[in-house]
Amino acid sequence: MKENFAISVRELTKRFNDFTAVNAITFDVKQGEIFGFLGANGAGKTTAMRMLCGLSFPTSGQAMVAGYDLYQDAEKIKKSIGYMSQKFSLYEDLTIRENIRFYGGIYGLSDHEIKTKTETLVHQLHLEEQVNKLVKSLPLGWKQKLSFSVAMIHQPKIVFLDEPTGGVDPVTRREFWTLIYEAASKGTTVFVTTHYMDEAEYCDRVSIMVDGRIDALDTPLELKRKFNAPSMEEVFVQLARKAKRAE
Amino acid sequence: MKQFLFFIQKEFYHLLRDKRTLFILFGMPVVQIVIFGFALTNEVKNSRIAILDQSKDEATASIIQQLEASQYFDIEKNLQSEADIEPAFREGKIKLVVVFPSQFQSTLLHTNSSPIQLIADATDPNVANTLTNYASAIILDYQNNIRGNQDFPYTIQTEMRMLYNPQMKGSYNFVPGVMAMVLMLVCAMMTSISIVREKEIGTMEVILVSPMVPLRVVIAKMVPYLLLSMINIGSILVLSVFALDVPIQGSLLLLVFECFLFTITSLALGLFISSITNSQQTAMLISLMGMFLPTIMFSGFMFPVENMPLPLQVISNIVPAKWFYYIVKAVMIKGLGFFSIWKETLILAGMTTMLMLISIKKFKTRLE
Repeated sequence: MKENFAISVRELTKRFNDFTAVNAITFDVKQGEIFGFLGANGAGKTTAMRMLCGLSFPTSGQAMVAGYDLYQDAEKIKKSIGYMSQKFSLYEDLTIRENIRFYGGIYGLSDHEIKTKTETLVHQLHLEEQVNKLVKSLPLGWKQKLSFSVAMIHQPKIVFLDEPTGGVDPVTRREFWTLIYEAASKGTTVFVTTHYMDEAEYCDRVSIMVDGRIDALDTPLELKRKFNAPSMEEVFVQLARKAKRAE
Repeated sequence: MKQFLFFIQKEFYHLLRDKRTLFILFGMPVVQIVIFGFALTNEVKNSRIAILDQSKDEATASIIQQLEASQYFDIEKNLQSEADIEPAFREGKIKLVVVFPSQFQSTLLHTNSSPIQLIADATDPNVANTLTNYASAIILDYQNNIRGNQDFPYTIQTEMRMLYNPQMKGSYNFVPGVMAMVLMLVCAMMTSISIVREKEIGTMEVILVSPMVPLRVVIAKMVPYLLLSMINIGSILVLSVFALDVPIQGSLLLLVFECFLFTITSLALGLFISSITNSQQTAMLISLMGMFLPTIMFSGFMFPVENMPLPLQVISNIVPAKWFYYIVKAVMIKGLGFFSIWKETLILAGMTTMLMLISIKKFKTRLE
């Protein structure tokens, strides 16, 4: 495995009793890359992502995340990654400031760092007026953007986003992707799962999982050419149709 | 350490912002003490009774007067014939009817023996039993009086002393019970709900991806409820001493220590519940059915464990509240020291350690 990959996965497998959720997947993610991790529901994306974040223990296979071995240095990995879960992961009964403070706190940021972070973050998201309001009063789109910024609060090398734009309107989704591009331009590797094929087009490279295996991995342009399809949607449908596994 | 403090601060935000829950948590012990102390009681007082006096002589008048004078009975009505007895019970107010036969006094004086019939409403068997006992005692008292200075060759006099609770107050029994109930509810239920809620809203996942050590997460979750429980214990003790006149006979320090221990037990139970479920509703149901009910049924506070069939007695041993209840009664009411309750304390401590270890292990593995 080469050092300059942000994520490097070899034959990673997860079995639940008889069911093989993730079947010996192998891939590399370059540093600073926006890596789209696609697949139909039940294809095994979330399980694979959970293993890389240290939430789930692999059955077999190797993986290096942020230059650390998944088995040996789980604690070091935790410090180098950010994670935004499918479910909205801020506390609704805490204010924006308190949420930032809490997540900054559990990542070990100092009071001073938290303070400056809060200022820049709030300024960046234009939340100056809402900063002392409870998060539950925010519209969903803003919550998602805030959630992403909070996942980035400790400047991780890699950020994992699990369907970050579910249920958000197209304008907010576009704004969300602006944030992702900004993070990537500063060198953060972005590992993102999504169901929106227009978002797949925004990624540097895309992998498509079918029945626990990675069936395709390339730039969106190459994939469209290979499958002779006009859009990523077409590519995805061609691959997903082969799936035998029920949802 | 700093992470840990941030986490506890966040837990307090949750707790303090949920005003309704907070109100229930602090209000519940007060309400329970007041309800149990002033409204619910298994003491029998001022029961309404009826008299059917077919004799109307000096002897019956004297007995009736003594019945009336006792705090247990209020004479509601005087019946005229046996036919009135049944309707009197049917009305539902009368719990006991005392029937004197005709010629009561003269039969008593001439034959040295005369019957009195006590008819009780046994739909509530305990009350019926108590009432007939009280009435019999009063009648016996009268008999001893008229016997007066006649000398009998043998007399046995029973002399009773009600140890530890001379006034036979029910509050001596339920204050320890309420303590067990409140701690169980606040700690077990609230801890499990607060952990499961984070699983539900997805924040638990984010926390576990962070460098925060799971064990610290667990402890940080428990601290606010530990504090809350100690405040509750304080308010229960203050109320029982000053409002219910239940004294603390033993060492207050020992009592607080035992409460602390049981609080940890309840927290461990809460953690255990949270490790076997993923929804707040289930957590609440399990806490109520699996923890709260056994506490009420098997701690001995409502129903005496000694009277249960053997299998239930055995089961009652695994209910932590039973041991806590025993300890609190021993320390608070009997005034015993640590040497009399070290065994029970050890059992409770053992249960706590085991529960804690299992739950923490389970908590971790579930997340992997």
